[in-house]
Parts: sequence; C-alpha cells; structure tokens
Amino acid sequence: MSTAIERFDHKARAVFDQIGQTEVYEGELLRHRVYTRFLHWMVALFFFLALFTGFGIYMPWLFRWFTPIFGGGPLSREMHPWFGLGFVMFFGLQTLNWLKPMKWTAADTRWVRNLAKIVGGKEKHDPPDTGFFNGGQKVQFWEIVGGCVVYLITGIILWMGARTFGRWAVAVSYVLHDISALIMLGGIFIHIYLSTIGEPGTFQAMLRGAVSEGWAWTFHPAWYKEVTGRDPVQACEEARRKTTAK
Amino acid sequence: MSDRKTLQIKQISGHSGPAAGFGVQREPEVCKLVDTTICIGCKACEVACVEWNDMPFSPTTFDNTYQTMPETRWNFWNLIKFNEHQRGDGTIQWLMRKDQCMHCADPGCLRACPADGAIVQYTNGIVDFQQENCIGCEFCVSGCPYDIPKFNPATKKVYKCTLCSDRVGQGLEPACIKACPTGCLKFGTKDDMKYVAEERAKQLRENFGFENAGVYDPQSIGGTHVVYILHDATDPERYSGLPSSPVIPWSYTVWKWLFKPVLGTFALFGLVGVLLHYVTVGPRRPQPEPPLKTPLPEKES
Repeated sequence: MSTAIERFDHKARAVFDQIGQTEVYEGELLRHRVYTRFLHWMVALFFFLALFTGFGIYMPWLFRWFTPIFGGGPLSREMHPWFGLGFVMFFGLQTLNWLKPMKWTAADTRWVRNLAKIVGGKEKHDPPDTGFFNGGQKVQFWEIVGGCVVYLITGIILWMGARTFGRWAVAVSYVLHDISALIMLGGIFIHIYLSTIGEPGTFQAMLRGAVSEGWAWTFHPAWYKEVTGRDPVQACEEARRKTTAK
Repeated sequence: MSDRKTLQIKQISGHSGPAAGFGVQREPEVCKLVDTTICIGCKACEVACVEWNDMPFSPTTFDNTYQTMPETRWNFWNLIKFNEHQRGDGTIQWLMRKDQCMHCADPGCLRACPADGAIVQYTNGIVDFQQENCIGCEFCVSGCPYDIPKFNPATKKVYKCTLCSDRVGQGLEPACIKACPTGCLKFGTKDDMKYVAEERAKQLRENFGFENAGVYDPQSIGGTHVVYILHDATDPERYSGLPSSPVIPWSYTVWKWLFKPVLGTFALFGLVGVLLHYVTVGPRRPQPEPPLKTPLPEKES
C-alpha cells in the first residue's frame, strides 16, 4: 500500500519537475519541488473559493457582499460543494506527498512544549532537533487532514440534504462543518502570517521552491544538517563572523 | 394604494431582534381549520391552490392510493394525503388529510434559515418565503417538522404554501378555503377557529362515537396556524405521518444565535493575534541578523 503511494508520488514529482523547474542559487537549499508547490497553490485556491462562498452561506447578513463575485447567493451555494471537493482532493494528494515528512516524532512534542518561548520571541533559533517540518506545522497539517474528513462527511450530508439523510443529520452536520471551518479560518491567519511577514524568507519556499541557508539553519536546523552535513550552529557563527568582519 | 392592507412582519430569518414596527398595531392571528372528518377527498383545494398561485402543470405520479402524488412539490403546495387505516375491530377507515405548510408559531424553517429576510413571519401568524433573499441552502428543509419546503432546481430556491398571504393581506380567505365544497375548510382568527374546532371535537366525542376525537394544535412548536380536527387525536401519526410532538433541532438555535457569532469572533482573533504579535514581539528573522545600527536601550530591572 505504502509502496504504491510512494511510486505514485515519485512519478508525480518527476512529471512536475519536467513541466516546471526549481532554480537553487548559491547559498540556497531546495525546499519544495514543483509538484508540492503546485498542490499547495491549488489547495490555497480552492480553500479561498470555498471559504468565500461559504461565508455567503454562513452569515448572509454579514457576508452578502461576497456572493455577487460568484453570481449571487444561490450560485454561491451551488458552487461551494464543488470548491470544497477541489480543496479536499488536492489536499488529499498533498497528504500523500507529505506522509513521510509529516510523521510525528519526539522532537515535535518537544517543539510544541517550547512554543511559548518561540512565540514570545525569546529564542532566535528553533530547537536544534527541528527537522524539515516543525511541530507546529505538523499540528496544523494534521488538523487540516482531520478537518477535511469532517468537511467531506458533513459536506456530503449537507449537499444531499435532509430529504436524503434526515433532518437531524443535517442539523448536526451543519454545526460540525462550521466548527471545522472556523478552526481552519483561525489557522489560516497564523499560516499566512508566519509564511510572509512573521518569518521573512519563508514565502519564497512555496513560490520558487528554494530557501536561503540562513533560513534553514535558523528555523529547521536538523533539516539543514541532514542536507548539508554541516553543523547549523557553527554555520551560523561563521556567517556572523563574516558579516561583522566586513 | 392608501387603502391597501399590508401584513406586519413579526420575525425575520437571519436577523436578530424584533422586526421594525412589530407590536404597534393589534393584528389578530389567522388560522386555517381543517376538519378531516368531513373531507371527501375531492381535491378542489389542490386545484384552487395551483390556479391561484399560477403554478405550471406538472405530471403526477399514481401510487395506487387516492392521492394526487406521493408528496407536495415546489409547485404543488396543497396535497390531500390519503391513508386506509385498519381499526382494531378489522373495519376500515379512510383518512384524508390536507397536507400543507402548518404556519407554526415557532417556525423551524425560519430558525434554520441563515439568509437575512428569506423567511418572514407576519404578526397574523403566516410564515412566508421571500424568494429574492433565498440562497437555496435548504437548511429550512431540515428545520421543518412537516417536510414542507421544497427545492426548485431550476431557480435554486425553496418554495411552499404562503397561506395565500397575498389574498389574506387584502382581506380575502385563502384560495383552498374558497374552493372547499363541504365546509371542511374554514378560515378565521385563531381564537375563533380553536373555539369552533373544540366544539366540533366535543360533538364528535358525544354524538358520533369518536371517543378520542380532538384538535391538533401541537404546543411543542407553540401551536400552528393550520389546525386539524381528528377522529383520533391520540394518534396523529396515522394521518399519513402527522407528528404527534413536532420538534425543531436545538442545534439551530444554539449554534445560530450563540456560537456562530461568538466562535466567528474567536476565529477573527487569529487575525488580531498575529497583527499584535508583529507589532509587539516582531518577526523572527533568519540568523545572523545584520548588526543593529543603534543598540536597543537596556531594560530597567
């Protein structure tokens, strides 16, 4: 089973590397390949399409101004499940693509325990055992996996409606669907913030696919060590000496 | 236009607080009385409904009963439901029940509806769908204990009996009432209809041997503005599934008016939170950062 997934992912990555390209310059490391970036932006596109059509259904008195973009309230409602399906489908592919790096480890538990220090700006570097993804990224990833399952089950119930699944199934699904959406809405602010202005240098990982070595040894030291074979702390100190020497 | 009567709105879907102008004028609640004991199943009311509301003709389905079609449709709001009931002693009873919107005092459709102004309840008790505001989400279908709102895939909106609010607003009775030849259907104020219904039920109990005859006006949803006289009020289910104690899923009330705004605000705190973080703590940059131009002032300890 897992080998079939691996074969599929391997082939998909190879195909997308032929379609697009990832240029890694001197002093940079390859972070995300074309296939990963493509999936990420398809997920993002369908997430926001589903989010904005969903707003028009969630609270029309507040978000009615979103609906004309999609051709009015009823058409927003009509398209929302299709956007949602797109989101779940592409995120499903991303899940397969990221099954390995998203595996939870003891280092992630330590990372999450250390969260307050990082949020408070007390630590300039992430803990030395932080790998390709840190504990926070993994929490968000698995939250979205769970959220997608909730979306899919409750979404189909809401789509087919009370006359197929019964009144109570719809009444309960509607609450669960909304809660799942609100958790993701809260999460997307944190995700966008950290990947843009919160931790500068991150955004290009998903745009060009490459990050600076400085970014890597700062935020993902264990990953830096794994791909370069050099010690992240020493590498950082070396760079510091160079900048102060100038 | 000055002599035109308009109906005063009492409740609006997706809209908290009272409707403007509610309670200013005294308006009696209206009620449709359906005496199932003298309905002959002639279906004049069905025709009158389709005629008055100018609904397109649609083919019917015959299912070996005296029913026009299995259930009401988006363009067929009034259906005489038929059930052949076998009594304990083996005798047969034909039960005809006029199925339509019950115009509940506490309407489940209005509670479930998220769209501002898609469903309104008038002071006189009529619950009316305003299709121009409907987004076709069909939550009303799950809110309704009587399975009345029906979705039209062509317009992507939901439709149901209006209790002829256009006629009632002009001081006329609903079309079905006007068409009924047996006097099975009556229309008036809720108080009057309840009085007539109770008198008739008493008559059925005392003079016609229907010991359990009674009035159907379920208090679990605050009563309805369509009231039935039943031969046996102890078992309304036998009248083609009339619920004896209709309920509205509680999740609609709790979620819609409490958790939706509260949790929605919490989600927005995510936005406020990250902005505050940027302003107070600031970004984390890849190390080493360039040296600061002027050193930070030392904190007083």
